[in-house]
Amino acid sequence: MADFLLAAAAFVLAMVAVGLVRILRGPGDADRIMAAQLLGTGGIAALLLFAKATNAPAAVDLALILGLLAAFISVAFVKGVTRPETDDA
Amino acid sequence: MSFIADSITILAVSAGAVFFLAGTVGLLRFPDSHSRLHALTKADNLGLGLVILGLVFQAEGLLTALKITVVWLVTLLCGATISQLIASTARSGGASM
Repeated sequence: MADFLLAAAAFVLAMVAVGLVRILRGPGDADRIMAAQLLGTGGIAALLLFAKATNAPAAVDLALILGLLAAFISVAFVKGVTRPETDDA
Repeated sequence: MSFIADSITILAVSAGAVFFLAGTVGLLRFPDSHSRLHALTKADNLGLGLVILGLVFQAEGLLTALKITVVWLVTLLCGATISQLIASTARSGGASM
């Protein structure tokens, strides 16, 4: 079972890595941040599979932190792009 | 019992991996931002959800199972919020499209 979970983690990471091509191609900033969002989610899935496969429960905490940071990245992107003149926040 | 749990794990994790594959293909092949976002949210919600469903059957204790379920719920909450934000940004043309 551990081998299968490790293989699944590697597959998910490979898929996410292929998805990063979208960051190169663009064309818009929103498309690029979507690839980063997919990296966050795929990273969480890979970390959880890794935690179970290698019996390293601490990796579950890493997955939680990665999920939190992935959310912050996108919120920072939206705050940075949509900056209305009336909003000084 | 262990055989059933292992079977469910293999099925669910494989299905989750397929959703990650679909999310990546959609992100690369779909023509515009909003359909790409559609592909991305499937990978976010269903792909991760199925992987976690598979892992719950392998968890040693109730606490571990609850913890990884909470990881999924947090990701769902963040994903739903962020998809709305990215979609409105793409729609308003705030980002260079």
